[in-house]
Amino acid sequence: MSHSTVSPAAQAGQFDFLVKGEHHVANGTLLGFWLYLMSDCLIFAALFATYGVLSQNYAGGPSGADLFDLPLVALNTSFLLFSSITYGFAMLQMQQRKLKGTMIWLAITGVFGAGFLGLELYEFYHLLHQGAGPQRSAFLSAFFTLVGTHGLHVCIGIIWLVTLLFQLRKHGLTTANRRRLFCLSMFWHFLDVVWIGVFTIVYLMGSLS
Amino acid sequence: MSDFSTLIFGRLTLDAIPYHEPILLITFAVMASAVIALLVVLTRYKVWGYLWSEWFTSIDHKRIGVMYMILGLVMLLRGFADAIMMRIQQAIAFGDSAGYLPPEHYDQIFTAHGVIMIFFVAMPFVVGLMNYIVPLQIGARDVAFPFLNNLSFWMTSAGAALIMVSLFIGEFAKSGWLAYPPLTGILQSPGVGVDYYIWSLQIAGVGTLLSGINFVVTIVKMRAPGMNMMKMPIFTWTALCTNILIVAAFPVLTAVMTLLSLDRYLGMNFFTNDLGGNAMMYVNLIWIWGHPEVYILILPIFGVFSEIVSTYSGKRLFGYSSMVYATLVITILSYLVWLHHFFTMGSGATVNSFFGITTMIISIPTGAKIFNWLFTMYRGRIQFEVPMLWTIGFMITFVIGGMTGVLLAVPPADFVLHNSLFLIAHFHNVIIGGVVFGTFAAITFWYPKVTGYKLEPFWGKVSFWCWFIGFYLAFMPLYMLGFMGVTRRMSHFDDPSLQIWFQVALGGAVLIGAGIISFLIQLYVSYKRRDSLRDETGDPWNGRTLEWSTSSPPPKYNFAFTPRVYDQDAWWHMKSNGFKHATAGFMAIHMPKNTAAGMVISGLSAAFGFAMIWHMWLIGGLTFVALIAAIIIHTFNYKRDYYIPAEEVEQVESKRTEVLA
Amino acid sequence: MSELSHNHDEHHADHHQEEGPHSSFSGYMLGFMASVFLTAIPFWLVMGDVFSSRNTTVLIILAFALVQILVHMVYFLHMNFQSEGGWTMLSLIFTVVLLFITLSGSLWVMYHMNVNMMPSMMSGGS
Repeated sequence: MSHSTVSPAAQAGQFDFLVKGEHHVANGTLLGFWLYLMSDCLIFAALFATYGVLSQNYAGGPSGADLFDLPLVALNTSFLLFSSITYGFAMLQMQQRKLKGTMIWLAITGVFGAGFLGLELYEFYHLLHQGAGPQRSAFLSAFFTLVGTHGLHVCIGIIWLVTLLFQLRKHGLTTANRRRLFCLSMFWHFLDVVWIGVFTIVYLMGSLS
Repeated sequence: MSDFSTLIFGRLTLDAIPYHEPILLITFAVMASAVIALLVVLTRYKVWGYLWSEWFTSIDHKRIGVMYMILGLVMLLRGFADAIMMRIQQAIAFGDSAGYLPPEHYDQIFTAHGVIMIFFVAMPFVVGLMNYIVPLQIGARDVAFPFLNNLSFWMTSAGAALIMVSLFIGEFAKSGWLAYPPLTGILQSPGVGVDYYIWSLQIAGVGTLLSGINFVVTIVKMRAPGMNMMKMPIFTWTALCTNILIVAAFPVLTAVMTLLSLDRYLGMNFFTNDLGGNAMMYVNLIWIWGHPEVYILILPIFGVFSEIVSTYSGKRLFGYSSMVYATLVITILSYLVWLHHFFTMGSGATVNSFFGITTMIISIPTGAKIFNWLFTMYRGRIQFEVPMLWTIGFMITFVIGGMTGVLLAVPPADFVLHNSLFLIAHFHNVIIGGVVFGTFAAITFWYPKVTGYKLEPFWGKVSFWCWFIGFYLAFMPLYMLGFMGVTRRMSHFDDPSLQIWFQVALGGAVLIGAGIISFLIQLYVSYKRRDSLRDETGDPWNGRTLEWSTSSPPPKYNFAFTPRVYDQDAWWHMKSNGFKHATAGFMAIHMPKNTAAGMVISGLSAAFGFAMIWHMWLIGGLTFVALIAAIIIHTFNYKRDYYIPAEEVEQVESKRTEVLA
Repeated sequence: MSELSHNHDEHHADHHQEEGPHSSFSGYMLGFMASVFLTAIPFWLVMGDVFSSRNTTVLIILAFALVQILVHMVYFLHMNFQSEGGWTMLSLIFTVVLLFITLSGSLWVMYHMNVNMMPSMMSGGS
């Protein structure tokens, strides 16, 4: 197949074998980070599969319908949704190279994220208090691990966000920092997507049974 | 024990040091004196500074590749020591003789053997090869994320270090290399063995995952202009598929290890026997990782053999595109066969037949590859250099291993042979015949590129024949024993009629040992005779792909000018169209800076893992905080690159011009 | 993450096209409105016991979840076939295939395992 694709230069017997001058290599950070997210997605796939298999194994303990407080989950979900749109606003500010606006919307996103985390911790605390801890049954182990892993990601996202705020203050909206903002935005919106799976499969479907 | 020492040392006490076990004591003495001797020599010749600045902190993909290979080689010695100990035990432990290894020690040995050989021998070899070769083959100056590459290496090493530590502090898992619960649950395995297993795999797994992402991005984004996907060298193709598999499979391992540790550390009930736990789910999940892992190991090796066959046959690879499609098909299908590892667990006829059929299908693309290699050789001008010997040895051995694999893919046959020595013989047949032979072929093939001199062929041939014959002697008896119904992981047998088979197998293992020693002698002899074996051209085998266009060893920046690619055998095409080495017009080259951050982060990870293994909660917490802090501090470093001045490039390149003239 | 080409980019940043996707206010608002709607209805369906059949509800909320995931992918993650030469989309499709294999495969396999090997556990199930 190669001979059919030889360039016109070949006919003259003249090949330009070297790139004279500087060769620009495309930056791979965004693609690399996306691939990381895909791998993270498969961690969640394994956790969802585990939850799916163990979700009926109450071992005589409480079921989702007994435990879940849907209004609380709805509030929590709204926090995450709001944090999504506020991150979007931060990105719009970034596009216009407005450092202050970017940082303000980023900080608001962080506050919503912290609120989400706070409510989740409150929920966990409440469950533990009721004797429905992760040791109680396989169902609860799977529940705490799946929801907890998502929460852990949000927590890492907040740490990253705070770090990025410092870096933005120090260096401004440089190419490197804009790339980091893009990566964090992918991370943040990816967590939303996972949460859609969590509230639908764990909370809503769990409350039905 | 006082509260204070529990706070600091967790469950680590002096009893954890196995000073009452003579075998371990001797091993420790030998290893310690070897390490001390090495340290003395390194200090004596004052190479620490050099090692630190040129190797340990290096983010040059070539240096990292070599370090991976050394890690693999060192761990091969450890893994092989385990193997020969098992073979000796099984050859003598008949009837009244209990052998020389107590069962709990024997169990640790077979677990360690499996874990080390897969994660810390085969993986470093494969990743090391990709590290060295892929950027050169695609005409790039480094990988996409050079720092992450260094971090990956040190994370893998940190995992290996934890396993080595388990030899002398505490114990290793006694559960087999995949650590099935409930045996590995906290009730049945309260000791630290399983925890060593979990943490070393988790830490090394991070390294593997990062290097997977790194290489996918490198191959996708950094190919030389003109090298479209169907002009990529076949080794790069297989490396791409392997790294896609790594990115897709290792997260599942991470997840399942996390679940097991939650069971063990926090008393959760994923895989326990009561409160609704389901140990079968562990087996299911770990094989969703485990089967792709098999292909992660073998795919790049297929690539190695493809390069070798076409180079030494002096021909373009036969059926390049069918090779690419076969690789892609294997990549997808490797996700659809995992259940064949546990046909006997009881999923029933429907499920078993589905997975049996997919398993048989996957042998088709693999078979296609064998034919491609044969047709490449057909009517070629074959040079029987050592790499070609390994290749022929591989083709014969791997076909046998593949056929026993298809046999095992038939569920009813598997019910007879499951967990028998037949299975052991089968996977050693494909792993030794494939991955190990391939690694040695690759080392011999690319050694002149790395060092500038060829490997001395005599000892290479000795090594090959020892491995080849040794393999058949060691594993054909295991096939027979498997047919007789002998199961794996036994430390004692009652039926004396079986003993002769085990003795033959021991003979084979000894011969393999001779093969390893011959290889080490080969390295030494070649180093001694390096002047007569030197290759100045950078292209000792009349190679076909871009790595052979550079000097040996290649300069830091690989290519002074990025090559333009017109053909799938780019270097061959350059040579046959009158390519001239560039002598002027050099420019400053933009390169990443070395950093110690990788070592710091991995060191802290290893310390964190060790603390968690021994329940040292205080130290564990502190090292964890330090780990996070180190990562955050690293992100504040914005100055990670420098320019190699044009004069320096010119100097290096004019030397090369002189040599070539 | 590597900042290999960062210094260099600084000089050229304004001549080059912005890395990553371009987003717009209306895009984000549209995505946000859609996702509020797609979240609220499933919650209402479950909390208000709208359907008597559990299966109907499950199917509908799963469908809503799927649509919402798509909305997030398009409006927030800016997925399309062009970015990064199509590699992000290709890797996403590959991941979705593996996701499907892992989830459905595990459920299928484990269902049969449980039926055959642990019949006592199955009685608690639905």
